[in-house]
Amino acid sequence: MVHGEAWTIKEFFTYPNEYIYWTIQIVMYPFMTGLVAGAFVLSSLYHVFGVKQLKDIARFSLVFSFALLPVAMMPLMLHLQQPQRGIEVMMTPHFTSAIAAFGIVFSTYGMIVAAELWFVYRQHFVETVHELKAKPNRTAWESFLVPLYSVLTMGAWDISEHALEKDEKAVKFLAGLGIPVACFLHGYAGFIFGSVKANALWMTPLMPVIFICSAVVSGIALCIVTYVVCMELRKLIFNWKRKQNPDLPTTEELKSVEVHVVTMTVKYLIMFLILAITLELLDLIFRGYTAVKSWDILRSVIYEKDFTKIFILQYTFGNLIPFILLLMPRLTVRRAVVGTLMVLLGVFMMRWNVVIGGQAFSSSFAGFMEYHLPFWPHDMETFKEGFFGALMVAVTPFVLFFCLSRILPVFGHKGGH
Amino acid sequence: MNRREFLKRSIVVVAGMAVPTAALELIDPKKLLAAKPELRWVFLVDTHSCVGCGFCVKACKIENEVPYDANVTRTWVERYVITKDGKTHIDSPKGAINGFTSPKIDIGQGHTKEIKDEDIVQSFFVPKLCNQCENPPCVQVCPVGATYQTADGVVLVDRKWCIGCGYCIMGCPYGVRFFHPTFKVAEKCNFCYHRISKGMKTACVDACPFGARRIGNLRDPNDPVTKIIMTERVAILKEEYGTKPQVYYLGLSKEVR
Repeated sequence: MVHGEAWTIKEFFTYPNEYIYWTIQIVMYPFMTGLVAGAFVLSSLYHVFGVKQLKDIARFSLVFSFALLPVAMMPLMLHLQQPQRGIEVMMTPHFTSAIAAFGIVFSTYGMIVAAELWFVYRQHFVETVHELKAKPNRTAWESFLVPLYSVLTMGAWDISEHALEKDEKAVKFLAGLGIPVACFLHGYAGFIFGSVKANALWMTPLMPVIFICSAVVSGIALCIVTYVVCMELRKLIFNWKRKQNPDLPTTEELKSVEVHVVTMTVKYLIMFLILAITLELLDLIFRGYTAVKSWDILRSVIYEKDFTKIFILQYTFGNLIPFILLLMPRLTVRRAVVGTLMVLLGVFMMRWNVVIGGQAFSSSFAGFMEYHLPFWPHDMETFKEGFFGALMVAVTPFVLFFCLSRILPVFGHKGGH
Repeated sequence: MNRREFLKRSIVVVAGMAVPTAALELIDPKKLLAAKPELRWVFLVDTHSCVGCGFCVKACKIENEVPYDANVTRTWVERYVITKDGKTHIDSPKGAINGFTSPKIDIGQGHTKEIKDEDIVQSFFVPKLCNQCENPPCVQVCPVGATYQTADGVVLVDRKWCIGCGYCIMGCPYGVRFFHPTFKVAEKCNFCYHRISKGMKTACVDACPFGARRIGNLRDPNDPVTKIIMTERVAILKEEYGTKPQVYYLGLSKEVR
């Protein structure tokens, strides 16, 4: 079977070779990179602009951004027909292509995040090593941590006041440098689509900007959700542990979800959400007003074929309702979580409507194509580019985050930056 | 020398070395030759002569090892039926590999649409193939340079280098590209490059019983194809994309997509 035939339904006249070639994984790709960029921007708000209220979530979102980083590459690898050659993008980039910049932008960004993490956690590494070395009988895990942390310090053991000040400066610099790079990482994902002149829906110079705004929105949203969930889980685990060992601190003593952290973060989310919606609507209005050759087919895709996906799922459930939920006075954590989950749905649907919607019509403008997401995989292809492949990509960052947070604790750590 | 001084001087040295290197780029003999080569392949399709038999599609599939029954093809023929109400009905069942055996219009998913003979005001066939654009968007977007334009104007794909990202397929406004079902890399019409570079015609040109397809050299003023392109009213497909296609059509109608 031809690639794409399994999930494409053609209607009226389409060119014989036209199929939905870019599928769920290409929806996941900008979605995941968006989360990376958004999480990083959130952490930078504290480090660069000194938004004190975000201190708690800043460290958390930085580690989360790092956990998401390798996952941004996963959907691309799962989508390639020759994944074993994927490294060529790094080795022999062809710079007239938007994708060729991936290697450079991605690794630059990865190094910035890694470096920033190192400066943030250096003090913790050094202190923990000293602490554990002094301890007479260590557990196996602690004995493992000593050499690991020793290596991770990279020989920089100085944690004097002066040295820590320098660390802080470096963090600030890297966080500042990271913002434009994160925006570039995601803006260029938008450029990949926006620059395809053969695709009437994709081609708009607004695409990179729209992508950046929705990236920040989704990144912040995911950070809020994960932050709240982690805090609640910690409370649960501690309550359970306390039953066996009443000497442990009570839940109240633990730092629980602080409403003000959530409300503050939500404010930034709303700001970027407004910007994203404004640009998207501007794009839509402009297309309708100028009504160039492609408008006839675009109109039937936007207002008829994809109406539910665009106007119900994306704009109503993904933008309007959460917007109201988050703006209503006396925001509670529960309401914020519902709102941010809906925002995540909205951004995901926006990616879907761009990637799949852009292929919903034939470039002959005389026919349509419909994408049927393969659910139960019956071969490698329908696994990779089906529901379970996407699920795998969606779950991986949480697994990575869990592993990373064993080494880089994100909660209840006093001091540091 | 302190660090600042060292950095300053390094920048001067690098910049100074870059100037003569740039000259190498300016006088690259290969580029000079390519600027005015003696050969530029062009294709001419005479839509008046095409009867939609599909021999060209068959010949192409066999010649170029694209699986015969696979629903992708390097070249295809479209049928246009224009009715009295001004509507255009287009189809190309299986790329017209078996020709057009039914008067019913194929509207996808096994459904057909019947059009009464008396409603038809005009109908014709249009063969399609890669336009070997002067400014190929597919070459521009390939992230690894696996697809490239030869000096004689044909766009080729390196099957050993293509990563199969599909960006070129997305970038082509004409829908001529697809993934090869066996090799799992981007595939397209290359004017039968293995044949034309040995002095033969393309498989489709040889297979066409009506002379609707012809290939020639645009740089040779005495080439019969070039003569027609120069002296007659020819058209190209989707000019608005700025790709400068090199497949010319005689008798192209405004309905053609």
